[in-house]
Amino acid sequence: MFTQLFDTYNWDEVKNSIYAKTTADVERALSKSDKRDIEDFKALISPAAAPYLEQMAQLSNRLTQKRFGKTIQMYVPLYLSNECNNICTYCGFSFDNKLNRKTLTDAEIIKEVQAIKELGYEHVLIVTGESNHNVGVPYLKNAIKLIKPHFSLISMEVQPLEQREYEELIEEGLNTVLVYQETYHKEDYKLHHPKGKKSNFNYRIETPDRLGMAGAHKIGLGILIGLEDWRTDSFFTALHLSYLEKNYWKSKYTISFPRLRPAQGIIEPKIIMQDKELVQLICAYRIFNEEVELSMSTRESETFRNNVIKLGITSISAGSKTNPGGYAVEKESLEQFEISDERSPKEVEQIIKSNGYEAVWKDWDEVLM
Amino acid sequence: MKKLKIGNKEFSSRLFSGTGKFSSSQLMEEALLASGSELVTVALKRVDVKNKEDDILKHLSHAQFNLLPNTSGVRTAKEAVFAAHLAREALQTNWLKLEIHPDPKYLLPDPIETLKAAEELVKLGFIVLPYIHADPVLCKRLEEVGVAAVMPLGAPIGSNKGLQTKQFLEIIISQSNVPVIIDAGIGAPSHAAEAMEMGADAVLVNTAIAVSENPVQMAIAFKMAVEAGRMAFEAKLATPTKFAEASSPLTSFLQD
Repeated sequence: MFTQLFDTYNWDEVKNSIYAKTTADVERALSKSDKRDIEDFKALISPAAAPYLEQMAQLSNRLTQKRFGKTIQMYVPLYLSNECNNICTYCGFSFDNKLNRKTLTDAEIIKEVQAIKELGYEHVLIVTGESNHNVGVPYLKNAIKLIKPHFSLISMEVQPLEQREYEELIEEGLNTVLVYQETYHKEDYKLHHPKGKKSNFNYRIETPDRLGMAGAHKIGLGILIGLEDWRTDSFFTALHLSYLEKNYWKSKYTISFPRLRPAQGIIEPKIIMQDKELVQLICAYRIFNEEVELSMSTRESETFRNNVIKLGITSISAGSKTNPGGYAVEKESLEQFEISDERSPKEVEQIIKSNGYEAVWKDWDEVLM
Repeated sequence: MKKLKIGNKEFSSRLFSGTGKFSSSQLMEEALLASGSELVTVALKRVDVKNKEDDILKHLSHAQFNLLPNTSGVRTAKEAVFAAHLAREALQTNWLKLEIHPDPKYLLPDPIETLKAAEELVKLGFIVLPYIHADPVLCKRLEEVGVAAVMPLGAPIGSNKGLQTKQFLEIIISQSNVPVIIDAGIGAPSHAAEAMEMGADAVLVNTAIAVSENPVQMAIAFKMAVEAGRMAFEAKLATPTKFAEASSPLTSFLQD
């Protein structure tokens, strides 16, 4: 389990070592002709790398094209429920937020699916809060069964589950599972998750292990940027990634870097990450790991998204709704967070094209197990 | 140049192409036409076989192109056989590029599952072209189960590193009774020419063309390189010698 490796690290020591990286360390990392190690990654995310941003971007662009071609994968979230028993200081669906709770019925799911299909999507990401009683494994299993005939790829971002539960859902047609650690700062994790099952740090951090053992095709990692020092948190994400790749070598990996967005009833970010810092992080991941998928949601602005297409991102969403029923059933209900880029999928496809890339809607098939 | 025969088909072009990674289907079509390729791979997972207007397939509907569906995405022999049936039905061809890579990072082929699947698929009437490591023994084993060609890799797929497995490719070429197609790793026309000069029957190129700044021009460059390499092979290359010819030979007294 990753916890065994994780427990040998100390947050402050890691943080200090990142901030102690020098120009020479950055140049060494950039000039390597082959695989970069985790120390190189530290150098690339350190403040010392800031003056090398253009060089990093050029390298990231080249490495990404070599592996992924001139293509960007398209996906869209489908929020099934906003019921949640967790208190999370940064989330619009937090248990202590007063909002109308909604969980889609079978008929409503189908209605949403039809609306999403009209947008052209083949890859859907189902999302829920954590409410095991109403939105547990039987609900998810049923939802996947309903959705499966309409999409070639199903991803899921819900509460952490047991290995056998994942196996059950994978059997039903689930391909990818995203489970973000939010922060690897163990003490502050408790402050951000004071109540609910999510407050169990170790259970969450070991979730990707359970997914690997369950044979998930793809596992998604990430932190919520704004909670803690993003450099230190990203180091732990990269460490986690390397550990998982070594141990669960049949799974693919994808990373997201959501920046905390405004939502009703949530905290202000403790740390504001600048655009150029996010670009630095994206490029650092790519230079460190040529094969990992890097995903960007509609949390980011139009201008930012237009420009990161060439920087190392491999998949994006567009036209997203972050409220259950948002596409057709109940368009006005409260969102998990305010999206920033509200353009339609077709508009975003045009932007991708004008960057010299192809938007890929389908990259999986139901015949693949 | 001699034509290349694989299964029941003859090919004038010894450059086979992949269809992934292009910035648009239009550009893919133009580049493939320019390459002169007569065999193009299609990833089953990328095409929507239920849709007659599928963008990729639409751009590949030229008499010049024979489609070679690949099983990219499968992890076991069982999944490969399942995918093969669907490909045959959907694309109306019994040709199949068998690729089984359970490792999604380096996309390296699983030799054990590949041999198992190849044996079964040949029995089911498929023309099987397996993507494999440059492993001479595995190539012979595949030949024995009846594959139509072998496709050993020059370097990890998409790496553009050239013929890193050259020593083993030479052995494979020298002892194979089926065509040898060097697949993966060919990053420059010079790599393709090198493979052809060595006696490879064909090469398969994708990333190097698709990701280039000018895919059409790069496709032509590969076409020329493959032709040059093949012509040189057929014309028999002069053997490089290690020794200079001495002007005062030490053994000339023996001729007196």
